[in-house]
Amino acid sequence: MSLDVECSIRPGQLITLYGESGAGKTSILRMLAGLMKPDGGKIEVSGELWYNSQINLFKKPQGRSTGYVFQDYALFPNMTVRKNLEYALSARQNRNIIDELIEISGLGDLQHRKPDTLSGGQKQRVALTRSLVKKPKLLMLDEPLSAIDHKMRIRLQDYILKVHKQYNLTIILISHDVSEIFKMSDEIYFIKHGKIIQKGSPLELFSKKHIRGKFQFIGEVVEISKEDVVFIVSILVDNQLIKVVIDKEIAEDLRPYDKVLVASKAFNPMVQKIG
Amino acid sequence: MMDWSPLILTFKLAIITTIILFLISVPLAFWLASTSSRSKPIIETLVSMPLVLPPTVIGFYLLVAFSPSYAIGSFLERTMGFHLVFSFEGIVLGSIIYSLPFMVHPIQSGISNLPKSLSEASFVLGKSRWTTLIMVLLPNIKTSIVTGIVLAFAHTIGEFGVILMIGGNIPDETRVASIAIYDQVEALNYDTANQYSLFLFIVTFVILLTVFLINGGYIKHWR
Repeated sequence: MSLDVECSIRPGQLITLYGESGAGKTSILRMLAGLMKPDGGKIEVSGELWYNSQINLFKKPQGRSTGYVFQDYALFPNMTVRKNLEYALSARQNRNIIDELIEISGLGDLQHRKPDTLSGGQKQRVALTRSLVKKPKLLMLDEPLSAIDHKMRIRLQDYILKVHKQYNLTIILISHDVSEIFKMSDEIYFIKHGKIIQKGSPLELFSKKHIRGKFQFIGEVVEISKEDVVFIVSILVDNQLIKVVIDKEIAEDLRPYDKVLVASKAFNPMVQKIG
Repeated sequence: MMDWSPLILTFKLAIITTIILFLISVPLAFWLASTSSRSKPIIETLVSMPLVLPPTVIGFYLLVAFSPSYAIGSFLERTMGFHLVFSFEGIVLGSIIYSLPFMVHPIQSGISNLPKSLSEASFVLGKSRWTTLIMVLLPNIKTSIVTGIVLAFAHTIGEFGVILMIGGNIPDETRVASIAIYDQVEALNYDTANQYSLFLFIVTFVILLTVFLINGGYIKHWR
């Protein structure tokens, strides 16, 4: 398979790469980070050339202002959480950033623990925080939340969004989780067989063609129950549980944890001022 | 009364050899573990050769190479004053070559077995290969390092053929314990030979036992 990608990302955006495994998403991130050399082409980040095959220029990962969060977190087992963060400091950098980041990330209680003693979610929080120490222009997250349970995932998503805003970071995220993509991304690139086959906002890409609703939300199926002759599905939308009556055919197709779109189009919504 | 000098010389040789070997092997093992160079298989083969070659072959070539009657030997003697045949420096060099795989292999496999993402994460954080090696890789392969050091040390103690070829049997210079044992047996002094042998037997047993205890996780601290 050949990877052939052309795109430009505006600073401060959060982009998601979406697609089957093996489509080339991780390779794109690795090339941006300088961990893999493309066969040809050009990489330019805010006016700075990182790679240009025509003039034989290839910046090493050390010379690029990037943060990278690996799928396996890649925390250094010999160092405590705090030492992991301090390792990322560059020689002339102000050390106060470490305390600031420990504060923001809520790692205070864990700062003297070694990585083996942490849960998956905690490790991921450390990995994310470590990638912010050198204040990268571009932050890359390779399926950062795939191995983390639901509750922790929501918290980490909020954390990513928080640092995204606070440090005005440009973030490229790989994710398979549709509700995560909806929550996080400004734009999605749909990658297939090494090419971008579609791009657009989450709403455009995932729902436009199917339903034209006046109201729509993405949620997750919690349970499907049969009451007398009807089926009732409980769906979690943004921490709120909604119960909806559905047809038998749809009920048979749904399983807990499925992502669903809840849309209504046949009634007039009521707007009431609160508070 | 047993003459201790061969035993002292043996341990002096083993300590010096192990220190130099460690300094050579860490960068070499790191290079072998991370390179995709075409010369890698050739270097790997050369490093492993002492495992299969009779020690006499290595000793013989070193003897020929460093003899003052040939180019390399006379060059070293003229320029640096190194006299490598029948001298302590010579058997140190022979031991380094002979024990090289015992130090390089454990360190190389230790580095290769670490997740690649560790060094990549360090590179992305802006750290050089050297910093990454010292700060991230080596501290996480302590057991491999201990294995390499102990095996190289023990193997140097057990050397015979290389030393006999290149060093001969000069008291306080090249007569290490293994040579002294051979010497005593030839002179039919079985008692002295037995004392040296028993001493070496016990020391190497203890050293190897330590390795297995550490690698088997019986000594928790290193895990």
